[in-house]
Amino acid sequence: MIPLFRGILRIPPTALLGMAVVFAYGFVAVFAHWIAPFGESEVVSSQYDPWGGAFLLGTDNIGRDMFSRLIYGARNTVGIALLISLLSFSAGGLLGMFAAVRGGWIDTALCWLVDILMAIPQLIYALLLLTIFGTAVPVLIAVVALLDSTRVFRLARSVAMNVVVLDFVEAARLRGEGLWWIVRREVLPNVLPPLIAEFGVRFCFVFLFISALSFLGIGIQPPTADWGSMVRDNATLITFGDITPVLPGLAIAILTIAVNFIVDWVLGKASGGRA
Amino acid sequence: MSARGDRAAGFRGFTLSPLTVMVARRLGIGLITLFMVSLVIFFGVELLPGDFAAAVLGQSGTPETVAALRSRLGLDLPAHIRYLHWLGGMLRGDLGTSLSGEIRIADILGGRLFNTFFLAAYAAVIAVPLAVSLGIVAALHRNSLLDRVINIVTLGAISFPEFFVAYVLVLVFAIQLGWFPSLAQVSADMPFGERLYVCLLPAVTLTMVTTAHMMRMTRAAIINLLSTPYIEMAWLKGIAPWRIIVQHALPNALAPIINVIAVNIAYLIVGVVLVEVVFVYPGLGQLLVDSVSKRDLPVVQVASMIFAATYILLNLLADVLSIVSNPRLLHPR
Repeated sequence: MIPLFRGILRIPPTALLGMAVVFAYGFVAVFAHWIAPFGESEVVSSQYDPWGGAFLLGTDNIGRDMFSRLIYGARNTVGIALLISLLSFSAGGLLGMFAAVRGGWIDTALCWLVDILMAIPQLIYALLLLTIFGTAVPVLIAVVALLDSTRVFRLARSVAMNVVVLDFVEAARLRGEGLWWIVRREVLPNVLPPLIAEFGVRFCFVFLFISALSFLGIGIQPPTADWGSMVRDNATLITFGDITPVLPGLAIAILTIAVNFIVDWVLGKASGGRA
Repeated sequence: MSARGDRAAGFRGFTLSPLTVMVARRLGIGLITLFMVSLVIFFGVELLPGDFAAAVLGQSGTPETVAALRSRLGLDLPAHIRYLHWLGGMLRGDLGTSLSGEIRIADILGGRLFNTFFLAAYAAVIAVPLAVSLGIVAALHRNSLLDRVINIVTLGAISFPEFFVAYVLVLVFAIQLGWFPSLAQVSADMPFGERLYVCLLPAVTLTMVTTAHMMRMTRAAIINLLSTPYIEMAWLKGIAPWRIIVQHALPNALAPIINVIAVNIAYLIVGVVLVEVVFVYPGLGQLLVDSVSKRDLPVVQVASMIFAATYILLNLLADVLSIVSNPRLLHPR
């Protein structure tokens, strides 16, 4: 118990704060339907009620409780961002390691494909692909995961390249082990630490990215509560000096800062001391 | 980098300098990338399930209207012919017509293109000097209180969504203080000074979003450089700090700093789209987003092609500049 306590003390306060915030968001996301006083898309009053009374943060443009939607937004926005990050990590990471181990024309072809996908900004591809395939949530998840996996692929491949040339991989090849065995048992354990630090960075990118898409009206569609589209829907209130519309934006910013604090600490630890 | 330089220097028998060879190769790669991206943008639409014309007309599509739309859009021609027409038209400045009406895309595009470039350039003019000087200051005073404060502030700024920054600025400076208009409405005949004034809030938003990235990367590049042996040698000789920076570090730091700026063009381009929507600014990004929600594919294709081409060309420019500004390549042995 004491060593654990000491270990916690050694973590910088920013990282501890980050962990606390991430934990709180996770708690709210999981227990959203118990915490929220009203339903996710339940119209409970007239539009744009002020703060206070039954509605802690007032109501939105069609009379739904702002506070409840903010809470459900934690589940939807964070959940979808997490799902996309996991997908892009499994796909990008596995393909990256596979390309490094297999080499040859498969490696060249994959790298070339990734170069094309990375040649123009993600947002432009996302806009194009979402126009073509429509804006259903599964499409959104697939498109953003595909675009984001290119970054993971690059990292996984470059780290795995350094592992593939080591003796124990050569030994495994000579033993006659299969491709999948080499990827899983020889390469994966050695590339995992940098990939885990990258996961936090990617999550922040994906999270901001889908919020931006939702804000533009082509991400998560109504009536699902989502922080990006909540800002968009209530933006008119800003002209009356009301800060309610920026609250979902604040929720996004706080979570991203918290994750960045943790990533900063993990990266600093991995590179040995303060950079 | 030096390995490539050595290889290029091996061709000394030719009249081409290694610099020209590297720049030419980089230009070639850029053109091929541009061509590939145009293929993706054009043929991506072919993936649309079912008949495009029928999908657009939806329930109201009778066989006759679908056929009429198909021939109007040229969909009855084979795909590769249509691609060549499209690409040829783009190069000649004939951008086709939008799906919704009989609007020629070229007519609505010119002014919007100028507006977008104006806003992006405005933001870059503020952001680049600010970020580079902040980055150098932070690198010189590494691990000081100032550096830590800059570090935490920029980490925060990276984490803010663009639309959040934009609305907070509107709330404070346009609504509470009333100094600036909350919408950036510009017209073609607006005087330059007034245009600068109206676009200040969008430009500041973009600056805030990009400066953090640029500054952190500049800081990393300079710190990397300051730990090299030749800089340490200069310190040990007792040269004044400013001379070390200006005369010894800066020539070698130029290439990484140019790269940093290039990477941030991406953030600027993505940021422009969002900021234009927030401020209802009549630019290309707004047009792109509107067309995406209307599923107006011809406009989306043209607008994404313009964004893609700008991005690739600017990256290309940065690459060429960083090759040209590399002192090791400027004085081949």
